[in-house]
Amino acid sequence: MIETDQLTRCYGNLTAVDALSIRVEPGQVLGLLGPNGAGKSTAMRMIAGFLVPTSGTARVCGYDVSREPLKAKRALGYLPEGAPSYGEMTVREFLQFIVRMRGFKPDTGYRRFEAVVQQLQLEDVLGLCIDTLSKGLRRRVGLAQAILHDPPVLMLDEPTDGLDPNQKHAVRQLIDVMARERTILISTHLLEEVHALCNRVVIIARGKLLADATPAELEARSRYHGAVSFSAPGSGMSQEMLGRLPQVAAIEVDPLDGRITVFPKPGERILEPVETLLREQGLEVSEIQLERGRLDEVFRQITTAESSVTGSCA
Amino acid sequence: MNPVNAVLRRELRSYFVTPVAYVFLVIFLVLAGILTFYAGDFYERGQADLQPFFVMHPWLYLILVPAITMRMWAEETKGGTLELLLTLPLTLWQAMLGKFFAAWLFIGLALVLTFPIWITVNYLGSPDNGVILASYLGSWLMAGTFIAIGACLSALTRSQVVAFILTALVCVLLILVGQPQVLDFFSGTLPRKLINAVAHLSMLRHFEAIARGVLDVRDLLYFLLSMVGWLVAGVLLLDLKRMR
Repeated sequence: MIETDQLTRCYGNLTAVDALSIRVEPGQVLGLLGPNGAGKSTAMRMIAGFLVPTSGTARVCGYDVSREPLKAKRALGYLPEGAPSYGEMTVREFLQFIVRMRGFKPDTGYRRFEAVVQQLQLEDVLGLCIDTLSKGLRRRVGLAQAILHDPPVLMLDEPTDGLDPNQKHAVRQLIDVMARERTILISTHLLEEVHALCNRVVIIARGKLLADATPAELEARSRYHGAVSFSAPGSGMSQEMLGRLPQVAAIEVDPLDGRITVFPKPGERILEPVETLLREQGLEVSEIQLERGRLDEVFRQITTAESSVTGSCA
Repeated sequence: MNPVNAVLRRELRSYFVTPVAYVFLVIFLVLAGILTFYAGDFYERGQADLQPFFVMHPWLYLILVPAITMRMWAEETKGGTLELLLTLPLTLWQAMLGKFFAAWLFIGLALVLTFPIWITVNYLGSPDNGVILASYLGSWLMAGTFIAIGACLSALTRSQVVAFILTALVCVLLILVGQPQVLDFFSGTLPRKLINAVAHLSMLRHFEAIARGVLDVRDLLYFLLSMVGWLVAGVLLLDLKRMR
């Protein structure tokens, strides 16, 4: 479990993290979302015990990171931003260093080493210097380091940043497998990641918590939630007809590809009436889609809403 | 395994994976040899001792020790591995001690590798080997103090060059502070007691006392307390970094 209570961090006059209180339970995969510079990494660094909070507390599995740092660090697997590791070491040396640091006995340590090497498919690169690895491989080595001691709490700072789509998929599958019974906190600015991984989302900007919801709840806040979009050639006439439907609030046409999006009035469902109308008009519709809502739009809406508010630190 | 040990092993290994260790060993051994025979008049003195060899050590350390301590923390800060290291389950003290002992053991190895000169002097005459052993111990203690200074100042900055220059500067001050020329310079302006106190800070004075073969507790304490003091300062600097 991860709990933060009024966690605050100032750099001079800048408040990087402003009274952040979140609580992540076992079984949850929480995505910490925010624009660059929102304070995601700073918050994670405090939870990991690297930075000292200006005020407030953070607890990992019930251990206060300031009062019982070693117990908290033992319960936590942490992938810092950019997956730093010692470049002059080989992958094998580096992971064995982590095994020793984590205080394993030789036989259990070796078993864990074998297990993570297999999980992250590092068998072929064990003898290579970390400096010579590609970005994706380095990220996998970083992940191996974080999960080596099979921690109950996992915190990953942008785990799929810089990976190609196949590697992203592999990392997401790994996190999915690990998610059961574990507490996982992931920071990202990739919205697709939220769909793929998280069952809860916290959005922060300028260090403040702005939203805490499930991905579906966030999508429901979108203007596009429940909207219907379709492409049909020569649909100029039908636009007017659609506008006269009592459930419809607005109609937009994409100037590039001519795709039409019909927005419902609040609480209305419009897929059926729109379909019926199109059929009555005898229009050939190649494809019609009910929108779930667009996270990027909600994200923009939330993170740019209160731009005038800035934190202050004495 | 104990985290101090794990950090120590990692550091030592990184010396030998990168050329640092070999460059250091070669330069240290070659310079120690050349300086002893040419600048130190090893033969012309006609005495069976290693005085000319040990006299050069403070000046060798002055250049070479900062070169191995400069990367100690500066590199970790710059490369981001500091975050990795400090979020592993170990205390700042354990990390500091692991790095310090790695460097100190390494210098110890360099000193051991100067054994041919000891064999030479024993072949040529019959030196007092007790004095030579004490000199080796004194030299190693002095190296430890230089390393502790370097470890502290490397924690101060993320630039290895700055760490090198600061360490060399502090070390040269500690070598020179007890020299008669320096003390004479201040004798007119500063009270006598203060000058005496400053003279006692001199690393050279304590090293020479041990190198004469006299193991005085005060000289040993000087080196041990210096090491502890600089390491404490280094740990405090690292802690400060986490708060700033």
